[in-house]
Amino acid sequence: MLYREAGDFKTSYVADSQTFPIKFDRYGYYFLLGFAFLVVPLIINDYWANAIVVPFLIYTIAALGLNILIGYCGQLSLGTGAFMAVGAYASYKMMTGFPDLSIIFVIILAGFVTAAVGVLFGLPSLRIKGFYLAVATLAAQFFLIWLFTRQAWFYNYSPTGMISAPTREVFGVPVTGPRASAVSMYMICLCFLVSLAWLARNLTRGTLGRQWMAIRDMDIAAEIIGVNPLMAKLTAFAVSSFFIGISGALLFTVYLGAAEAGEAFGIDKSFLVLFMVIIGGLGSIFGAFAGAAFLIVGPVLLKLLLVNTLGWPTDLAAHLEIMIIGALILVFLILEPHGIAALWRTIKQKLRLWPFPY
Amino acid sequence: MRDTATDEGYVTADGRKIGGVAMEMKNITLRFGGVVAIKDISFDIRWGEVRAIIGPNGAGKSSMLNVISGFYHPQEGEVIYKGYRRPKMRPYQVARTGIARTFQNIALFEGMSVLDNIMTGRLHHMSANLFQQAFWLGKASREEHENREKVEKIIDFLEIQHIRKTPVARLPYGLKKRVELARALAAEPSILLLDEPMAGMNVEEKEDMSRFILDVNDEFGTTTVLIEHDMGVVMDLSDRVVVMDYGKKIGDGTPDEVRNNEEVIKAYLGVAHD
Amino acid sequence: MPDTLLFAMEATLNGLTAGVMYALVALGFVLIFKASGIFNFAQGVMALFAALTLVGFQSGQIPFSHLINAMFGTRLHHFGWNMPTLLAIPATVVVMILLAILVERFILKHLVNQEPIILFMATIGLAYFLEGVGDIMWGAEVKALDVGLPKGMSMAVDEMTFNWFGYGFYIDRLELWAAGIAAILVASLTIFSQYTKQGRALRAVADDHQAALSVGVSLRFIWVLTWSIAGIVALVAGIMWGSKSGVQFSLSLIALKALPVLILGGFTSIPGAIVGGLIIGVGEKLFDFFMQPIIGGATENWFAYMLALVFLLFRPQGLFGERIIERV
Repeated sequence: MLYREAGDFKTSYVADSQTFPIKFDRYGYYFLLGFAFLVVPLIINDYWANAIVVPFLIYTIAALGLNILIGYCGQLSLGTGAFMAVGAYASYKMMTGFPDLSIIFVIILAGFVTAAVGVLFGLPSLRIKGFYLAVATLAAQFFLIWLFTRQAWFYNYSPTGMISAPTREVFGVPVTGPRASAVSMYMICLCFLVSLAWLARNLTRGTLGRQWMAIRDMDIAAEIIGVNPLMAKLTAFAVSSFFIGISGALLFTVYLGAAEAGEAFGIDKSFLVLFMVIIGGLGSIFGAFAGAAFLIVGPVLLKLLLVNTLGWPTDLAAHLEIMIIGALILVFLILEPHGIAALWRTIKQKLRLWPFPY
Repeated sequence: MRDTATDEGYVTADGRKIGGVAMEMKNITLRFGGVVAIKDISFDIRWGEVRAIIGPNGAGKSSMLNVISGFYHPQEGEVIYKGYRRPKMRPYQVARTGIARTFQNIALFEGMSVLDNIMTGRLHHMSANLFQQAFWLGKASREEHENREKVEKIIDFLEIQHIRKTPVARLPYGLKKRVELARALAAEPSILLLDEPMAGMNVEEKEDMSRFILDVNDEFGTTTVLIEHDMGVVMDLSDRVVVMDYGKKIGDGTPDEVRNNEEVIKAYLGVAHD
Repeated sequence: MPDTLLFAMEATLNGLTAGVMYALVALGFVLIFKASGIFNFAQGVMALFAALTLVGFQSGQIPFSHLINAMFGTRLHHFGWNMPTLLAIPATVVVMILLAILVERFILKHLVNQEPIILFMATIGLAYFLEGVGDIMWGAEVKALDVGLPKGMSMAVDEMTFNWFGYGFYIDRLELWAAGIAAILVASLTIFSQYTKQGRALRAVADDHQAALSVGVSLRFIWVLTWSIAGIVALVAGIMWGSKSGVQFSLSLIALKALPVLILGGFTSIPGAIVGGLIIGVGEKLFDFFMQPIIGGATENWFAYMLALVFLLFRPQGLFGERIIERV
């Protein structure tokens, strides 16, 4: 009976529509936020930051973005990798072009640039649907990567074709470049993630979110009851690409430090983020967190178990990982299309009654 | 909301005010390739009345409703709405002129809760922009709660409080139909279009639905156009009836006039009375 | 005759032969799409898997030997014999049919009536799974595949064109063979679907699932059948691509190239798949030939998709697809 909603009455519609209607959830959420901002910075080290925590934060942003597009608006995209690359290259061009511009603004602006590119490639969604649209987003994927690897202006004519992030500071603390510490990397990613998750929550609970879901569930009916499909789809593309662009900018500036488009933002990145969304749960903010955590932590654990403990060859472990991920996608789509988020809801439903299930 | 029509309307036997002409269909012809779905049909809809369109299967009733709601664009003829000729519009633009509808095969948003479904009906009463919504600033959250209250009134009116938060996919057929009506009503439409609101219902559900349709008309004075198969229900509900057969209009008038129309009896009542 | 024109003609010819390869993969897509409405993203990986299996059988590799070695510390590798090609190909066909049965049993059966987008994502999952299985079963290193098809420059074409234009075109004999085999494949598929009982059932299902079910066609059997045929088509595609450039992961990426081919040809048309394949093959070679000096090379990476994208905007149903009428 720890987890319950009985006796927790709502007396106004405002109280009824808050994010965490159950008290227990609300306190859990405050606790998590406090833990993430106050405790983790004290205990985080380079290994944890690099192997798990920072990639988790960054990919969660991408998964949130893609979930808005696929999970909420029902538009399938396979161009996530390329849109992350747009964010990365936009931030690179701005960092090198305007060295005095604060890195925070650079990353946000990179998000806006990506949003614009996303809208451009989202235009076909007005005429085409489903996997036809997936092919259109593949065009974005391959064209943009080609652009970033073949047109030297984008990588400032560097002889290696790589882009690398110079050191930038926030309040005098370096957050990018080789001098950035684990804590500063963690904090900047966390701040972005928390603010963006809050934005995503706001957008999906209001009238815009309902228009997206209406388009997802039945586009013709949605148009007849008054949803402008052009606006709904393009805003979804814009918001989604904004998130993905910021994620790409963070991945490059904060996490990788140096990148080459084909290597860092290939089609496998598109699939990785797509899988996070499917496994985590389509149409769920929590699902983006769960899916990213699962696909970041899972492979690390698998490698720890197979390579470090059992001494298996690395390539075998990698193949096993691909196989397991593929199988998991199938299992989730067949058994629980709404992913970990739905499993979590079921568990909570059970907890509500525990320990007196009858 | 009186309009430019010359005729100023009348008062019905049960004391409801029927206004002038709200919408006039003029010589509508609709073709799909070589098939003529609607052939040169004209009729009008008055403010405040319950107008029925009846006819056997394949008579073109649903196509007619689709023309009114802007989903199909007729090849010939025009739609005069609120005194003006309606230009070719996308369906969502038509919806914004105050026309809401339900669908023959329920078209609810299955992945959303009942409440969210009904709230989508109110979307053109909400105007917060992307940034206001993203930051949940003043207007966005205020609008959300104002509209929530309006929606709650409709929920009360249609007696669906207990399923407010239920995902629509889990509802039985009859309740889905009611939620769909709620979504259309939430738009506070000038004209409400109902496409076979009682199809597939049992007697009890039909009675409930009839009561709601009449109550809506009584309470809000909503002009209602409905398509129905069930002759008995139509005759009880509607003020005036258009009868269609094979895409043509074969009768138009009060239920009594239509009932006694030779051609209607021959084409509809005699042949396809199910 | 000016050189540019000659080079362009050669590029066109090369494009045509490359297009045949694309069409081969696209063919597998069309078969499955027609019968089950599933857009099988795993088609390319199926080609890779088939080619890997064929090489594995030919060279007498022990399946899963890496895994077994890692688990039990053994040093298994080969059975110690080589299987003749004529035996290895039917054996691979059997494996592909088994795969079709497993796919139906464990995936399709459970996803009936799901939305197309879910099914599509499921095949992406299948693609990953199969790729992992193929690698674990046979190892991921690049393998040479030789089934005895002739390779190297075609002297006949070289001589003929030299006599005509004074410049000999370079065409690989393998590609000429591929074109021939593709033609035979298409012809036999057509005969199969027109003149056999299973073929008619297949067309019935493609036309209308419900109606086919009601006259007693077993949907599950049809699915196994189409996935088997698609598996065999994948094997043929795998043999062609594998003989040309070795059996390796990039082989599964050709599947992605088949997507724009399908957009052009329409998802349900076999002739469409072939014409679409040829247009894309020729288009990307010519585009690269003319644009390379201006915007740089490697435009093949995206040309097909961009072409498909532009095409989608103007004719969403493809060249041969039927016009879609929306209803409520």
